[in-house]
Amino acid sequence: MTDLLASLRYEDWILHALIWLPLVGMAHVVVSSPERAKNLAFVWSSIVFVLSLGLWWGYEPGGGGFMLESSTPWIESWGVSYSLGVDGISVFMVMLTTFTSAIAILGSFEYVKTRRKAFYALMLLLETGVLGVFLATDIFLFYVFFELTLVPMYFIVGIWGGERRIYAAVKFFLYTAVGSLLMLVAILYIYFGGNAGSFGYEAFLNADLGLREQLWLFSAFALAFGIKVPVFPLHTWLPDAHVEAPTPGSVILAAVLLKMGTYGFMRFLLPFFPAAAQHPTVVAVMLVLGVVGIIYAAWVAAVQPDAKKLVAYTSVAHMGFVVIGIFALTLNGLQGGMVVMISHGISTGALFLLLGMMYERRHTRLIEDFGGLGRAAPLFATAFVITALASIGLPGTSGFVGEFLALLGTFETHALAAIIAATGVVFAAYYMLPMVQRVLFNRLDKPQNRKFPDLSRREIVILAPMVALMIGIGVHPTPILERMEPSVQRVLARVEGAGAELETASEEPPHIGLEGYVGDARSGAGERVPGAAARED
Amino acid sequence: MLLDYTSSAHYVLALLPEVVLSVWGMGILVAGVSGRHQGGSGQELGWLTIAGLAFAALANGWLYFGVVEETATAMIALDRFRLFANWIFLLGAGFAIIVSLPYVARQRLQAGEYYSLILFAAVGMMFMASARDLMVIFLGLELMSIGVYALAGFNRRDRRSAEAGLKYFLLGAFASGFLLFGIALVYGATGSANIQVVADSVRGGTAVGALMGPGVALLAIGFAFKVSAVPFHMWTPDVYEGAPTPVTAFMAASVKAAAFMAFLRVFLVGLDGLYDQWWTILWWIAAVTMVVGNVIAVVQSNVKRMLAYSSIAHGGYLLVALVAGNDVAAAGLLFYLLVYTIMTIGAFAIVVTVGNQSESNSRIEDYTGFGWQRPLLGLLMTVFLLSLAGFPGTAGFIAKYYLLLGAAEARLWVLAVILVLTTVVSYWYYLRVAWYMWMKEPEAADGPRAAAVTPLATHIVLVIGVALIILGGLFPGVALDLATGSVDGLRQAVGEAAAAAAAGP
Repeated sequence: MTDLLASLRYEDWILHALIWLPLVGMAHVVVSSPERAKNLAFVWSSIVFVLSLGLWWGYEPGGGGFMLESSTPWIESWGVSYSLGVDGISVFMVMLTTFTSAIAILGSFEYVKTRRKAFYALMLLLETGVLGVFLATDIFLFYVFFELTLVPMYFIVGIWGGERRIYAAVKFFLYTAVGSLLMLVAILYIYFGGNAGSFGYEAFLNADLGLREQLWLFSAFALAFGIKVPVFPLHTWLPDAHVEAPTPGSVILAAVLLKMGTYGFMRFLLPFFPAAAQHPTVVAVMLVLGVVGIIYAAWVAAVQPDAKKLVAYTSVAHMGFVVIGIFALTLNGLQGGMVVMISHGISTGALFLLLGMMYERRHTRLIEDFGGLGRAAPLFATAFVITALASIGLPGTSGFVGEFLALLGTFETHALAAIIAATGVVFAAYYMLPMVQRVLFNRLDKPQNRKFPDLSRREIVILAPMVALMIGIGVHPTPILERMEPSVQRVLARVEGAGAELETASEEPPHIGLEGYVGDARSGAGERVPGAAARED
Repeated sequence: MLLDYTSSAHYVLALLPEVVLSVWGMGILVAGVSGRHQGGSGQELGWLTIAGLAFAALANGWLYFGVVEETATAMIALDRFRLFANWIFLLGAGFAIIVSLPYVARQRLQAGEYYSLILFAAVGMMFMASARDLMVIFLGLELMSIGVYALAGFNRRDRRSAEAGLKYFLLGAFASGFLLFGIALVYGATGSANIQVVADSVRGGTAVGALMGPGVALLAIGFAFKVSAVPFHMWTPDVYEGAPTPVTAFMAASVKAAAFMAFLRVFLVGLDGLYDQWWTILWWIAAVTMVVGNVIAVVQSNVKRMLAYSSIAHGGYLLVALVAGNDVAAAGLLFYLLVYTIMTIGAFAIVVTVGNQSESNSRIEDYTGFGWQRPLLGLLMTVFLLSLAGFPGTAGFIAKYYLLLGAAEARLWVLAVILVLTTVVSYWYYLRVAWYMWMKEPEAADGPRAAAVTPLATHIVLVIGVALIILGGLFPGVALDLATGSVDGLRQAVGEAAAAAAAGP
């Protein structure tokens, strides 16, 4: 496989192709007829997905830095360039994106019946935006893509959504915009105040920022990404957007858009502001918010009469695990967070697709309107049960691997937070299993449900790979973990190393001639006492 | 070619674009009243006017690329700043005329007067950007204002248009008084109305402080009125709402641009030495303008009025550049005004279309389902709105980013934060138009509203406008370099003039 890719000069063009092919597809959809739009969109997104599969082989986890890098000047006078690259963190996000985009487009064949051309064009535009976010290694470019994703999603929710679609779309848009615009000012501050000199990723890593500045900038970035994740008190846009969005919109939102937030935590927040990220108050705040999100969302989910809203709240809970995993600042925690991101993308995406299928058949999403579907539609029920179990993290499914690692990693440094968060797993069963029972297993007492059609061939094609992935990752996560490890390790080393550097720099002048040795010793000290950096200021 | 003003022909050459336009305007006026066109739609006159603008643009290009001035103290500046500004005015006037063509025909306005007034107003704007003398600024301002007063009240069959004209005239005359009084005081304090000499005098400390302080304040008030900065903005919504929509577009884009050009030259070049004293005042005006403009725009239910408040808000963003007061900000202001001209007139062009080339259908409800009825126009409007909102991928974002860059270089972090937070507020009202256009289903009784046919020319120009907006958002390099190059000599000239003055006597 590697030879085949090399013979195609895969590494030269793949990242550009991934970003721009959906746009080509969009243009194709726009000029085609409404009847052909859905097939075309599916074909184009599938091409992108198949191409992205090559990254599994094309990406080699060496030192954990960016690979397949390319960079051309874009706005030279501003130090902005069109730079792309992929590392162990983004490679999985890219594949998750291409996979779910194709699946979501296939899943909308029956759901979207009006204004099809516009819909599929927007879906492909959205794919371009999200892939750009995960592949950009220039901060300006990243910001452009980050904002660009808002527009298609706004229209997807606002045009094809439910009853309160406009409210949900606008709320989604404004919430996210507040954060990201403040982040723009923070980016400018790093550029000027930190003397970064360009908007390249490396330049920003080397920016010269004191602890006080880092704390402020950290807040701005954390707000932008925290709204996207969403972290607990900022989450209120999410249930509205999820409930009102059309099925494919919900799938993309849950599977991919939320990940832009946690991805931002790992890619930008921790490496850019290592001293702030280690600050005990910051860590405490983020862990508390993560834990509160897990518990609170679980409780709220448990009382929802609307199945879609229930699943929407589970997203908040799952992302809570990612947040504590990240801010535990351990290898296990970060890797666990990553796996939860992937797992949540697949299982929650599948749950939304299943709910969409229920809605297409019965035009209701209220849990009480269903019951006994297991007898009427056994295949549907099987897929539903596996997905639900993966979502609550049953051992043997992808959810377990991620949550277990995240909790383990948190336990290493913050045992209390891990113990409280672990109860969230129990609550997950408490909200999910009764819902499964009421939908699938209670008495088949409603006449409409007797004629509930089972999965069609198209629906099986949609769900089968998702179910396979949930179990596959759950049973054998090693290939994923070993691919991401060097990059995660690198983030961690950056946080600890730079944190320690800042600490010592403030108390003594640099030892000329011994930099290498002293630097090593310091980063070692940082490893043992994370959070020590902050005490000095 | 080098102009040293030894012969009077040099003055004509230095003012070639203005001369071309003035003569052309008189020609249009004569052609209009000669009777041949009285019964017609005036389309030919409109196209003829555009041809005049094209010639002026050619002359401007010649000045830009082929001519240099010897000293930076002549009454008429021949720097790139002025010439870049001229292109913005010519573009705005041409775009406004294209939008006016069907409107003038349908409303049976006197085409000759209408188009020649636009030309004369454009000449006034060009004088404002070129003036290196406070009196020339005043002359330019009056020439522009009188043209625009008449244009605002041009539709005499429409009560609101007459009201707008009168209101604008009375308040405008009042503001001109402030400006003139300010000029007089500055003249008294420094002994000259030449901006370079004023600059030297301020730097050299020879200006009389007791006169200079009030003079600067009055100048600031006069300009603030013209750029409709809060609290001198009261006239704007009423005038913008009442004036014929194409005129509103012209006023919102070009008049504001001209006022900013003069504002910039007087404050950043002439009064540069007093920066420490005036920047706080402008800081507050900028902050208040951004907040008030955006917040009040949120509650507007009339699209024209909403765009009026949005233009106030944009004035606030532009004031940030003046507060920053560095070269980056000055270049940002130029670039912003270029983009702003395209997107504002573009948005108003759609308003004219939805209004059936009249003043109807300007409530936001009238836009319900417009996008699906006329997908192309709906899409164009959406891009214009996104650009006005400053969304990435459009030139509006690059322009706003440029202003932020200037503010960041001047370390105006609080102002930058106010700018972005008020931008979020602006998302609300720009998106509201988008959601009415695309997301609301029209009630069956409403029926199709936009019945009048939009001429092909308007379509083509709007598509070009959107293409420029997107091109400017994706590949802004060329335009950015042009804007940066245009302010190169602007503030440097102060030092040169100072050196020359020091060496002279």
